[in-house]
Amino acid sequence: MNGVHDMGGMQDMGPVQEEKNEPVFHHRWEGRVFAITRSMSAWRKWNIDTLRFQRELIPPAEYLRMGYFEIWLTGLLELSLKSGLVTRPEIETGKPAFGSAKLTPALTADKVPTLVAHGTPATRNVPVAPQFQVGQRVRARNINPLGHTRLPRYARGRFGTVERDRGVFVFPDTNAEFLGEKPQHLYSVRFTARELWGEQSSPRDSVNVDLWDDYLEPA
Amino acid sequence: MKATRRDFLTTAATAAGAAAAGSFAQADDNEPGHGHAHQHDHQVVPSDLALRVKSLESLLVEKGLVDRAALDALIDTYEHKVGPRNGAQVVARAWSDPAYKQRLLTDADKAIAELGYGGQQGEHMVVVENTPTVQNMVVCTLCSCYPWPVLGLPPVWYKSAPYRSRSVIDPRGVLREFGLELSEDVEVRVWDSTAEVRYLVLPERPSGTEGLSEVELAALVTRDAMIGVGKVPARTKEGAA
Repeated sequence: MNGVHDMGGMQDMGPVQEEKNEPVFHHRWEGRVFAITRSMSAWRKWNIDTLRFQRELIPPAEYLRMGYFEIWLTGLLELSLKSGLVTRPEIETGKPAFGSAKLTPALTADKVPTLVAHGTPATRNVPVAPQFQVGQRVRARNINPLGHTRLPRYARGRFGTVERDRGVFVFPDTNAEFLGEKPQHLYSVRFTARELWGEQSSPRDSVNVDLWDDYLEPA
Repeated sequence: MKATRRDFLTTAATAAGAAAAGSFAQADDNEPGHGHAHQHDHQVVPSDLALRVKSLESLLVEKGLVDRAALDALIDTYEHKVGPRNGAQVVARAWSDPAYKQRLLTDADKAIAELGYGGQQGEHMVVVENTPTVQNMVVCTLCSCYPWPVLGLPPVWYKSAPYRSRSVIDPRGVLREFGLELSEDVEVRVWDSTAEVRYLVLPERPSGTEGLSEVELAALVTRDAMIGVGKVPARTKEGAA
């Protein structure tokens, strides 16, 4: 979806403001949202792509107004409702529905170190042939899906060179909507800055974008 | 400087543009130790967020969907255990041990695991090396992808609209705002983290650091240098930057 989250190349968003000695969380609730999101994801009712897509569905003006962890909270609430883990009356009252059974949390404290240390790999050990070779000239497809995609707008239709084959990875566009993992090769594709932005850029500069087979076509 | 929309749309810019620049409300009164100085002119977070989250947490705990001790453990991990000091150790090792550096550049996951780091949001690591003629710089234009196991959670500016939007189209301008003026001879390579690959920049080892131990070297390495928006400052004989 051509949402406001796809920010690469936009201008006049203001200066980058670095905060000295910035805390990890600025407020207690931010840390709680972070941890609740990770804990709720352990139920495996959604995946990381679903979660990103849900945040992208926040209306653009709201998305820009919200702070980072408010975006997380909004995505978490929506997915918790959609997946049926909670109901709207429960969210509104803060109380479990009468008679609902108490579950055992999917993520308990003893499992946290393992989750943190091992993560959730996105590679898949399946034999899928690469569609492109290192060194090959490619063009990022000009696609404008309404669903989730990790092909940024600024790269669409642009010519680049396959620099690395990163191996076989889950494809986010289908995975986000539970349409399958569709594992395929992921490449680091280099675009010159001039190809992306024209003569105003330095002739030496470039942008590398990680792109899947389905995002590319031969140049 | 040319006039921009911001010059006359002051109210809107305060509410939306600055919020995107990194919105956070004033520190909660009941939070000790958060008395840091930052801009308060863009407070836009509804004051009831803390209450909403508290209510959500108690609901989820009561339903048995989340474990309060697990929440505490996760927060403790990223507040106290995982952060840029991990990445600094990786960099210091690479500066001290050429064989390690080679392993780091060819198979970052394995090399970083040698130091005991890896995992969540760093499952597929790639390390890119800065040289006198190449400056690498990492961004996630689509969200906030960042190598947690070596750098911890990202700072607000990294997740903000100004950085996400401009780093790909005007990396030199962004670097200038970080105090890094690059000559035209230097090649700027921007890495947009659009997949599950996470990037760590191996900064240049500064001059004047010959003979320093790995621990001393690690103390010099900054988070910004490992994102690629800064350099590790050169040291004088007296040890000052």
